[in-house]
Amino acid sequence: MRAVLPCAWLLAVVLACAGCTVRESADPGTTGVHAAPVRPVPLQQGSVFAPPSVQAMQADEFENPGMLWVARGAKLWRQPEGSGARSCADCHGDAGSMRGAATRYPQVDPASGQLLDLEGRIMQCRSERQQAAPLAWESEPLLALTAWVAFQSRGLPMQVSIDGPARPFFERGRERYQQRVGQMNLSCSQCHDANWGRQLGAETISQGHGTGYPVYRLEWQGAGSLQRRLRSCLSGVRAEMFPYGSQEHLELSLYLAWRAGGLAIEAPGVRR
Amino acid sequence: MDTGGTRIGRVAGMRPGTMATMASALLLAMTLMPAAASLAAAPAVDAIERPLVDGATDPLRGRAIALGRDGNCLLCHGLVDAGRPTGNLAPPLDGVAARLGAGQIRQRVVNPALTNPNTIMPAYFVVDGLRQVAEPWRGKPILDAQQIEDLVAWLQTLR
Repeated sequence: MRAVLPCAWLLAVVLACAGCTVRESADPGTTGVHAAPVRPVPLQQGSVFAPPSVQAMQADEFENPGMLWVARGAKLWRQPEGSGARSCADCHGDAGSMRGAATRYPQVDPASGQLLDLEGRIMQCRSERQQAAPLAWESEPLLALTAWVAFQSRGLPMQVSIDGPARPFFERGRERYQQRVGQMNLSCSQCHDANWGRQLGAETISQGHGTGYPVYRLEWQGAGSLQRRLRSCLSGVRAEMFPYGSQEHLELSLYLAWRAGGLAIEAPGVRR
Repeated sequence: MDTGGTRIGRVAGMRPGTMATMASALLLAMTLMPAAASLAAAPAVDAIERPLVDGATDPLRGRAIALGRDGNCLLCHGLVDAGRPTGNLAPPLDGVAARLGAGQIRQRVVNPALTNPNTIMPAYFVVDGLRQVAEPWRGKPILDAQQIEDLVAWLQTLR
């Protein structure tokens, strides 16, 4: 009996894994958690995995606390800054000019060859064009401006480039996504490819898309960036966190953005 | 203290202490000696029969470890009388003792990758072969030897 039952248990695990593989993989021939990069099938927004009350909060613009950051961002957009006392709007015009911008980030800045996420681009513009004092990563004004810019792309599908100069960044992000880390020895992929939709305690594991960021997270009692969320995940598996603005964050963000390709931006999202 | 020098086989440091602890540490290291250089490449070792510590175990303390933040077992495993939402990433703990012997349970807690290299379950008593471990936990196992034995004692009651 004892010899048979462990086999049954192992079989159950194997079957469960086989189930994930079928679900995770659009391409034939890929297997298990260390598979080639594939998008989850079907792609589902982060909000889909949130409790209904949180989904409702996100959907209603008057209830969504993230809209406070959007509103503040709209104000900052028109506020003169730096030595030339120029506002974002002085160069870019009104909101319409930013429509679609967030769907293309992270992207490689042609001049510097650096990979920039939306926050990074806003900071670069601020220092180079406005010659204003830098904003700190995760600062309220930076979150507000980012939320406002991302909000202009609400409903538009993600479509980052991973070709040309972006390719090496993408490949490194993909590797990192598969890398087991921390005392818990877990990779991003093991939860967000192989086990999305399942329960981690009271939480439903999402597909790990960043399309709602910046989000208002109830746990934070405030808005936060995708980088902050990556740090939360790393902390959860008891891994060393990467610093804000680090190459590791940006490369992972690019991989995530590719992986979410075709999903509509839903910023500002609301999460537990 | 180093218990043997195999990489993933090098189990976590034993609680400072007795010769008996040392002896069981060595024994365990020897049990795991065939283990390869990484968690994923370890060959199948289905059971660790020898307890990690000699002496009394406390199943109630084991239950507290499983349900509390030390073990966090219910994040992934179900348990009928948990009284709160549990995970479903892994087999339920209910009936585990009917499915597995004590040595098999111990092996699956100490280092489940020995029987399933692709398992998502963390190894609760391994310190090597891990990457990027945050400073407060670096070089430390998730549970110490006594905690493992208390946990195993409780799991053995789940028939």
